[in-house]
Amino acid sequence: MRVNFTVNGRPQEADDVWEGESLLYVLRERLGLPGSKNACEQGECGSCTVRLDGVPVCSCLVAAGQVEGREVVTVEGLADYAKERSCGTSLQDAQHWSAQGQDSQTGEGTELAPIQQAFIDAGAVQCGFCTPGLLVAADEMLERHPDPSDADIREALSGNLCRCTGYEKIMDAVRLAAARQSEGV
Amino acid sequence: MGTTGLPTNITQGSRTKGGIGESTLRPDGTLKVTGEFAYSSDMWHEDMLWGQILRSPVAHAEIVSIDTAEALATPGVYAVMTYDDLPTEVRNYGLEIQDTPVLAHGKVRHHGEPVAIVAADHPETARRAAAKIKVEYKELPVITDEASATAPDAVLIHEGRTDLPQSQLRSTGGTPTIGHVPHPNILHRQPIIRGDVSAGRERADVIVEGEYVFGMQDQAFLGPESGLAVPAEDGGVDLYIATQWLHSDLRQIAPVLGLPEDKVRMTLSGVGGAFGGREDLSMQIHACLLALRTGKPVKIVYNRFESFFGHVHRHPAKLYYEHGATKDGKLTHLKARIVLDGGAYASASPAVVGNAASLGAGPYVIDDVDIEALALYTNNPPCGAMRGFGAVQACFAYEAQMDKLAAKLGMDPVEFRQINAMEQGTALPTGQIVDSPAPVAELLRRVKAMPLPPEQQWLTAGEAADVRQLPGGLSNTTHGEGVVRGIGYAVGIKNVGFSEGFDDYSTARVRMEVVGGEPVATVHTAMAEVGQGGITVHAQIARTELGVTHVTINPADTQVGSAGSTSASRQTYVTGGAVKHSCELVREKVLEIGRRKFGSYHPAWATAELLLEGGKVVTDGGEVLADLVDVLGDEAVEVEEEWRHRPTEPFDLRTGQGFGHVQYSFAAHRAVVEVDTELGMVKVVELACAQDVGKALNPLSVLGQIQGGTTQGLGIAVMEEIVVDPKTAKVRNPSFTDYLIPTILDTPTIPVDVLELADDHAPYGLRGVGEAPTLSSTPAVLAAIRNATGLELNRTPVRPEHLTGTE
Repeated sequence: MRVNFTVNGRPQEADDVWEGESLLYVLRERLGLPGSKNACEQGECGSCTVRLDGVPVCSCLVAAGQVEGREVVTVEGLADYAKERSCGTSLQDAQHWSAQGQDSQTGEGTELAPIQQAFIDAGAVQCGFCTPGLLVAADEMLERHPDPSDADIREALSGNLCRCTGYEKIMDAVRLAAARQSEGV
Repeated sequence: MGTTGLPTNITQGSRTKGGIGESTLRPDGTLKVTGEFAYSSDMWHEDMLWGQILRSPVAHAEIVSIDTAEALATPGVYAVMTYDDLPTEVRNYGLEIQDTPVLAHGKVRHHGEPVAIVAADHPETARRAAAKIKVEYKELPVITDEASATAPDAVLIHEGRTDLPQSQLRSTGGTPTIGHVPHPNILHRQPIIRGDVSAGRERADVIVEGEYVFGMQDQAFLGPESGLAVPAEDGGVDLYIATQWLHSDLRQIAPVLGLPEDKVRMTLSGVGGAFGGREDLSMQIHACLLALRTGKPVKIVYNRFESFFGHVHRHPAKLYYEHGATKDGKLTHLKARIVLDGGAYASASPAVVGNAASLGAGPYVIDDVDIEALALYTNNPPCGAMRGFGAVQACFAYEAQMDKLAAKLGMDPVEFRQINAMEQGTALPTGQIVDSPAPVAELLRRVKAMPLPPEQQWLTAGEAADVRQLPGGLSNTTHGEGVVRGIGYAVGIKNVGFSEGFDDYSTARVRMEVVGGEPVATVHTAMAEVGQGGITVHAQIARTELGVTHVTINPADTQVGSAGSTSASRQTYVTGGAVKHSCELVREKVLEIGRRKFGSYHPAWATAELLLEGGKVVTDGGEVLADLVDVLGDEAVEVEEEWRHRPTEPFDLRTGQGFGHVQYSFAAHRAVVEVDTELGMVKVVELACAQDVGKALNPLSVLGQIQGGTTQGLGIAVMEEIVVDPKTAKVRNPSFTDYLIPTILDTPTIPVDVLELADDHAPYGLRGVGEAPTLSSTPAVLAAIRNATGLELNRTPVRPEHLTGTE
């Protein structure tokens, strides 16, 4: 079948999609967007979290056909999404965030969403496999809840497994992003 | 970073920005947060096929027949391969003992063993075709524990295995040993005998005994086993893969393919965690076989279900311990027997046995010791490397014993441990004198001195109880009724690096040249970056040693010499040491160029100690002699050298005596838990850690290692266990639905106090960090639950039924 939907603001068309394919598979294998991760493919780990019409979902549990005509935001579109959201709001300065490159592999000059920069700065990234899903989930939480308590952060991110960090630096990153957001930095 | 201790030795600092000791950020951070970082499961190639493995549904059986005809006839299928299709006579692989078949031959020995492989143009087509392969099994009785493994009529897991003790240990790449074992179903055995236990027992005023059970843990790295094999025009293959040691993989893969090692070109792709689970091969050979057979690129990605069968796990263990102590709290003796279940294939079991035995007494001074550790061959899932192996299981048992002894003597458990704590200069039961700081008592003091979290932390003024802070959490099972707090302590000892005479080296290629008007260093190693931050540290070392700002880290591949494994807490020590060593040689060459070009202009070129700092050549007094840009000009300086730590020696097979380990690492934990005694729910409120790291090359990364390792220890304590049916040896919970790892709600705050006491033998005085926190975390949580409930709890993980008596 053919599936037409919007990914990160751009219309996309996927052809020859088998009915059993998930949104995750179509993103990763048909649209060249492997940022959403495939850690469990059973809706337990959150590494494939994307926004579907604004709502965070496990893309491994969404059948590709279900996204016909709908809007998807993945980690690849998070910086643009945050920038767009910040326009015309008190968060407009968010767009000034950019990578502070240290080495050749940092991707110097890449424009990042505040939550992405906070994950780097706080040391919340180790192997990084959980990171895309956590970023999408944390970004959505901060959109709803700009001044979360620690218990709120833990509750909002409880669907995202991380095996490397012990979550402490992830907590730091979300607190940092919230603080920077409230300071309007 | 917590308080810093008093260093015994000031390690070299850096005046170049971004050098060692700073919390520089990960060079791959931006790629990882934008989703552009290419993990092994993200690989893609035009015309790529998908590989699928058919695995055994039973644990122990003869294979009567395999019929692949229907699978092969499926549209979209390009190849189906079984044992009979293997191209050479080398059909087994293994880390230490080559006992693992690439594809099952005549027999399967564990649930999930690979039997056949399929390549097709869509992963679902490959899965369905694999399901059409007809395999007839004739089931055999399963061996699941020591009694069934060593019964007089026990089936041999590996028929034809001989048990002649071999004096040759696995030393410098020599003949692998099958050890010093009384039965062919015992994989390896290591006694440690020192002093006279019966004499020690006579001195004892109190004796405590315990039998402990340690469950099977899964590494549960999030990035599934995966990779892409691309056939090359020269008949070789290019493999993009997530692993912990490229060259170890290569040594095992090439002979099975019948290719020389230089025709199997391996490149490390992004690794989504490892924790020991990627030391063994998984899909590497299968992908290469299918690629060479079909002439097309083949990608294999396990799903989570398959991942539970696709890698070895942490050895479950039964541990029998007897300790004695005098009235004044001095340990008299230890008698211990540690039985590890190695499962169907050897993997890293011999080294796990060596660690369990040699570290089985823990970080304590005990003169009279008799320890026996062994690993079994069974039909359970193969077990091998996982963070802290051998030492983790032992620590759970000896720390429970310490609490029992303290209770029996009426002493404070921390004070009792401190009385018996080893220190620098202590002789371990192996006879090895520990010749660098061993601040065991100090770590306990520090972790105890940390402020405690407030009582009844679920209450906030004027509001209802926040159930998220209570046992049971959002299940809303209590508002504080029946909830009891407990506090527990533990400390552990782990070896760093490969031990027992292994030639544990690494290789670093370092190049220095002027690029775009700036001196640039390029570091190329085969080190597997699995998330730990080795590449961050390599860049820091290059900046410190070469005085440059810009460092390029080349991708890890087999075009450079081996880096050894990213395991045993060794990479910062060994590959970090190799990068430092090669940088020093580059520096000497750069200074030679400088002397040649500018030596006549300033006498200091000949007389002073010269350093490279901030892009300049300076004297140790700080005088600038030249810019590196001018010294180098158009020249490039490049060095590729191996570096190795002090040699170790094998443990004697009868007595376990020997200088077996190169370095030791220590951490202590204090756990605070709340237990809902009515329902058996546990909430770990805080898990504080104090650890000596020698020198924190990157303090932020050090904290990440300690907190991550602590959380994996928490998982063993209260949730994680692969459940294997004792009647069938089948895995019952191969999914993240049924095998639970800690979520952010299960994980408490983890305050860390980092001590930096330099080890003079190690680069910069550093001490391997990654594993020690996984040891003491588990027994500290168990001690806290015992403290809250008064229950004995000799098994981990603790489940609600163990706390409510409703098992």
